[in-house]
Amino acid sequence: MSAGTRGPGAGSGEALHRLSIRQLAEGLRARRFSSRELAQHFLQRIEAHDKTLNSFVTVTAERALAQAAAADARLAQGAGGPLTGIPIAQKDIFCTQGVKTSCGSRMLDSFVAPYDATIVRKLHAEAGAVMLGKCNMDEFAMGSSNETSWYGPVRNPWDLERVPGGSSGGSVAAVAAGLAPAATATDTGGSIRQPAALTGLTGIKPTYGRVSRYGMVAFASSLDQAGVVAHSAEDAAYVLQAMAGFDPLDSTSVDRPVDDYCAALDRPIEGLRIGLPKEYFAAGLDPACRAAIETAIGQFERLGARICEIRLPHAPLSVPTYYVVAPAEASSNLARYDGVRYGHRADGAKTLEELYKKSRGEGFGAEVQRRIMIGTYVLSHGYYDAYYLKAQKVRRLIYDDFKHAFETVDLVVGPTAQNVAFKLGDKLDDPVAMYLNDIYTIAANLAGIPALSIPCGFVNGLPVGLQLMGNFFDEARLLNAAHQYQLATDWHLRRPHGFE
Amino acid sequence: MSLSPEQVQKIAHLARLELKPEQEGAYARQLSDILEMVGALARADTERIAPMAHPLDMVQRLRADVVTDPVGAEGRAAFQAIAPAVQDGLYLVPKVIE
Repeated sequence: MSAGTRGPGAGSGEALHRLSIRQLAEGLRARRFSSRELAQHFLQRIEAHDKTLNSFVTVTAERALAQAAAADARLAQGAGGPLTGIPIAQKDIFCTQGVKTSCGSRMLDSFVAPYDATIVRKLHAEAGAVMLGKCNMDEFAMGSSNETSWYGPVRNPWDLERVPGGSSGGSVAAVAAGLAPAATATDTGGSIRQPAALTGLTGIKPTYGRVSRYGMVAFASSLDQAGVVAHSAEDAAYVLQAMAGFDPLDSTSVDRPVDDYCAALDRPIEGLRIGLPKEYFAAGLDPACRAAIETAIGQFERLGARICEIRLPHAPLSVPTYYVVAPAEASSNLARYDGVRYGHRADGAKTLEELYKKSRGEGFGAEVQRRIMIGTYVLSHGYYDAYYLKAQKVRRLIYDDFKHAFETVDLVVGPTAQNVAFKLGDKLDDPVAMYLNDIYTIAANLAGIPALSIPCGFVNGLPVGLQLMGNFFDEARLLNAAHQYQLATDWHLRRPHGFE
Repeated sequence: MSLSPEQVQKIAHLARLELKPEQEGAYARQLSDILEMVGALARADTERIAPMAHPLDMVQRLRADVVTDPVGAEGRAAFQAIAPAVQDGLYLVPKVIE
């Protein structure tokens, strides 16, 4: 196609970063712009804005342009799917062959994986999406503010003095600022939903086992799950569709067909039963956020949903349960970083033990060290029963609460976070205050159920997130409800000042 | 539950972490705060509750006991290329046997 026949989508005048993934896919097929032009547009925005935001650890411009050229060739033959030629960003926790995978840690600052994560293969090699780069994150996904990254904090595009949430802080900042249409993310205790809430995005954590974790750096293996952050439920549905599915390389992957998330979006939600757990509206929730959440619940009612009160009596024990289970698993998973096979190795160690200790002392930041030590402690002789075994039992009670709730409701609704984005540095030296950021999100990880966050209003110019939780493998219903809400509201269309 | 700096050093040793002396105090305080927070678990009645290790209602999948290599024939070289120190296909560490 020659430049003279370009439609209104091409060139720097058109705000390609304001289009949905469906609109981008339509534009590519109508040849209003090419995948190459799309990649260039987002790479230019990264160039212009990311010095401020710090949302990328690595920008893969050359690879992006090569993948875009391949996508253009596929599209020219009338081939490809809905993501072919669409640029996305990858959280720097997913292994990418030939490109550094840092996991936000000095430990992996020099780590270049010799293979691709399954979702990287699925999104790029199979679906034809274009990788713009690797997004900044809290070190080893441990954090709720993206301040624990070895590569420095990420800033929230809605207020540069505030955190974007974490651990997927780079992914959400990049998408919220229009540096990428969507990004992958991971969620062990809220790392997709809390940052999505703090930046006005839609973020979905699928059911445990729905998306392959092969090539995803492990944090807490009974909780970790990969998902996506995007502007809308519709965008998220397109990306999740390409990510989800059975993978023999991941022993926790579930062999079960993937629903058609996109096809389910348009169903009316008349008669949908939504449960309101009173434990999620107790003290601690900011009153202005609460008001926004209640208005949004009213909107669901107007769409025909039936709201009823439910109880999740053990929900208040989610945070203590998580901070035994997750550190215990982390201390085991992170034992692999020994300075021998890959990752950081300290200089001058005289013995093997000294090599381990020095490499891990230098390679891990404070939050990762705290969690490794907590995990080591709760698993140690004499404390195992009181902490670890006890937490596993309480986890069962939390799981049973949800099982019971889903006997009478289809979805559970509540806030995603207690408050809007907080200031950089505010909670950095107080781990327990930081941990409480995930008070509403952790239960879904402990139970293994899918959950998403959608923007539902603003408090002092900062986005508020609404959380919906679903039954096992009910991602389609979650995305459907979120999409119907977004057809009736425009919170997801708002863009931060300076990044329009 | 309050941890002393000495206990923190003991845990750090078990976790093979070298701490700087100036980190001990802050870690002792922060880890004690975390343990106090998780102490809330003790109040839950878990009589006759089976511990839950993971959320999936499934058994471990098994596969044939054959060598698989996700990176192909050059696997060994590819994996050793990212190691800090190798020689003749072996990983180098400080001397362990006198």
